Amino acid sequence: MTATADLIILDDHGLYCPAGDFHVDPWRRVRRAVITHGHGDHARPGMGHYWAEQSSLPILRKRLGRYAPLEGLAYGQQTRFGEVKVSLHPAGHILGSAQVRVEHDGQVWVISGDFKRDADPTCAAFEVVPCDTFITEATFAYPVYRWPLARDVAGEIHAWWQQCAEAGRPAVLFSYALGKAQRILAELTHHTDEPVLLHGAMVDLVRIYREAGVHMLPTTPVAELGGKTNFAGRLILAPPSAAGSKWLRRFKNAETGFASGWMQIRGNRRRRGYDRGFVISDHADWDSLIRSIEECGASEVLATHGDTEILVRHLLERGIKARPLRTPYGEEDAGGDQAQI
Amino acid sequence: MHAFAELFDRLDATTSTRSKVSAIAGYLAAVPARDAGWAVFLLSGRRLKRLLGAAELRQWIREHTGLAEWLFESAYAHVGDLAETTTLLLARQENSGRELELSLGTLIEAHLLPLRGAEEATRKSALMALWRALPLQQQFVFNKIITGAFRVGVSQRLLIRALKQVSGIDETILAHRLMGQWEPGATFYQRLTADDDGEADIARPYPFFLASPMPEDHTELGDPQAWMAEWKWDGIRAQVVRRDGQCFIWSRGEELMCGRFPEVEAAAGSLPDGTVIDGELLAWRGDAPLPFALLQQRIGRKSPGAVSLKKAPVRLMAYDLLEAEGKDLRGQPLEQRRQRLVSLLAGHSDVLLSATVEAEDWQAYVALREQARSRATEGLMLKRRDSTYQVGRRRGDWWKWKVTPQTMDAVLIYAQSGHGRRSNLFTDYTFAVYDGDELVPIAKAYSGLTDAEITELDRWIRRHTLERFGPVRSVEPNWVFELAFEGIHPSSRHKSGLALRFPRISRWRRDLSLADADRLEDLHRLLNTPI
Repeated sequence: MTATADLIILDDHGLYCPAGDFHVDPWRRVRRAVITHGHGDHARPGMGHYWAEQSSLPILRKRLGRYAPLEGLAYGQQTRFGEVKVSLHPAGHILGSAQVRVEHDGQVWVISGDFKRDADPTCAAFEVVPCDTFITEATFAYPVYRWPLARDVAGEIHAWWQQCAEAGRPAVLFSYALGKAQRILAELTHHTDEPVLLHGAMVDLVRIYREAGVHMLPTTPVAELGGKTNFAGRLILAPPSAAGSKWLRRFKNAETGFASGWMQIRGNRRRRGYDRGFVISDHADWDSLIRSIEECGASEVLATHGDTEILVRHLLERGIKARPLRTPYGEEDAGGDQAQI
Repeated sequence: MHAFAELFDRLDATTSTRSKVSAIAGYLAAVPARDAGWAVFLLSGRRLKRLLGAAELRQWIREHTGLAEWLFESAYAHVGDLAETTTLLLARQENSGRELELSLGTLIEAHLLPLRGAEEATRKSALMALWRALPLQQQFVFNKIITGAFRVGVSQRLLIRALKQVSGIDETILAHRLMGQWEPGATFYQRLTADDDGEADIARPYPFFLASPMPEDHTELGDPQAWMAEWKWDGIRAQVVRRDGQCFIWSRGEELMCGRFPEVEAAAGSLPDGTVIDGELLAWRGDAPLPFALLQQRIGRKSPGAVSLKKAPVRLMAYDLLEAEGKDLRGQPLEQRRQRLVSLLAGHSDVLLSATVEAEDWQAYVALREQARSRATEGLMLKRRDSTYQVGRRRGDWWKWKVTPQTMDAVLIYAQSGHGRRSNLFTDYTFAVYDGDELVPIAKAYSGLTDAEITELDRWIRRHTLERFGPVRSVEPNWVFELAFEGIHPSSRHKSGLALRFPRISRWRRDLSLADADRLEDLHRLLNTPI
């Protein structure tokens, strides 16, 4: 296949489908944008028109404004851009996250967006979509990444929370505000029914998940509590950007933890000075990446995000055609420093 | 091993030193003396020497995990720690049947130590069996033990505090008992924590007393007459122990360096028994030191031949007398120790005596310090006249006052990720200067940037990578950094023809463009100016 026949190419603005004249998760202004999910590096403001999975619309409205020109599609519902057929399929990443299936002239391409295969009570499970070319994320593309069960990790978080309570200390857990925080709140329902306190950046997003019917622990915004509140024994969820902030000072003598796939590596946790690291990720681990690539049956794989070279070389050695695509998705994210709100 | 792995997890899960001390003390009090001895050995950063080779270990891990060499090495570069990489890869495997429970002492003495000198096949199968049988939560600690030094944020001082809590023995005595090279035998832990030391170890050195960097405002030191000054020589700090007709040379890292410096041992041979000198090893000819680079060539040689002995003869420059006639002098004031040192060395011209430097006031000291480089020294040492010889780095009585370093402006061209807490972050940089239009590597530097600068530079490097060579990335030449260094010497081993002493980053010069960076000929010119 020559480059000009590619159904999806990389242009200055993002992943582009020339045959249907639309972009997927563009990072510069374009007329027509299909959005995989509501994280900031994928859903950017200023596009002429947006298409996204319908349960992600409240998240996009919060990010892009009430008047953003959004159009909702149900999972599996087909729409057309000229001759090109487009449909969205569950990616298992966060609420409303989708893979984009693009079909034209007998060719099927799938753009994974961010995805995972692990069980997650807050969103629809990843669906294997057969295709010719699979554009995959590669955020955690090293064999050292293999996720433990999220329910077990929630048990660790709960045990830590109890230890802090016994020591009369608050437990501040940093996590991404969209997706991860809600997943933790949902998984914790297996262990407790105690309420959890929320940083302001998480309040609306938790409400959106509740309205979508996701069962989570009861929550209270920290802002609603008085200045003299004793936080000992409470669990507080906050985005990583709150670490070291003035806001944090009210939780006297707090222990801190960070919930992220990056916490698999001890040096990442020690460098940031968190007391505890909890390994929980909304991205595919190494085994899931390989398995998903094999299951979708693609004859060619394009890798975005992270250390794509490792995945590409591994696939080439296994006889699967592969090459990297340079996108800015998740680039700032190596090591998990950035708040994805 | 279960208890030790649990101790490790507790140490790892806290940043509070008090919690660490109580965790260690609790462990030492609870386990049998044999396990406690090995725990002290490991926590003090010691390693089981001559156990397994690094290369064979890596090969066996690859075989055991079934990964291609490049994939294993990429994962290792990403994680930045061999033991952790191994553990994460082992965690991918079958988790059943991992029920082997051994005590720390049994694991080391019955399973690991017998591997020394065993056939390769024996060592390999023993290791593979342990990887299969030990529970996963103990694998990290196990892999740390076999791959080398144990770093869990436990300093020697912290360990000693815990030992004091358990035994009630004075910290200075504990520090002394932990000095030197040892592996815990059957009675080690009892002797370590016993009231009476029993028989003395004739080779045992004293813990080094280390100077702190001089405070910005040197008038804080008060009356200049209360201080004694010496030149700060640029060699290897060492302790020479002369007891029972034998001579032992110890480095500051508590490495025994016997055999490496036969001329120093010969010189010390004429000293009376029961003498311990703290000093500096220097490559020396006539009445002046030779460049550090020459001494460096000697460090690596376990038994130097006639050529290197002639090319870089080494002498001991004596600073202090810690023991005389078998008596510990460390509690005496410096002036008294100094007097005894001077009279001891009166008849020994083959051991150099560090001269004292006199000045009337602080201004005169400042002027003296400016002469340091021309005297081939690094600056001045200031020691309080009545100071005792203490343990470790204690602020207050000994100060090092280095000369202002030389600097240059160089361009960042390569980056590599670091290890330990700097893993997964580009922190090891290579810098270059222009030779015509070509950028020639001039120095590697690892320190000097703030955490915020490191994070920012890391992101920039990820986005501006030109090429990858394994774990190393070449980046677009864009940023100029000011590097500080302590000296510059000709070197035939480097393309630049130069070797810098102790280069580090002093500033990120965002204000400079590539054209402002230093040129190779500028640096070669520095060689010709008197040092």
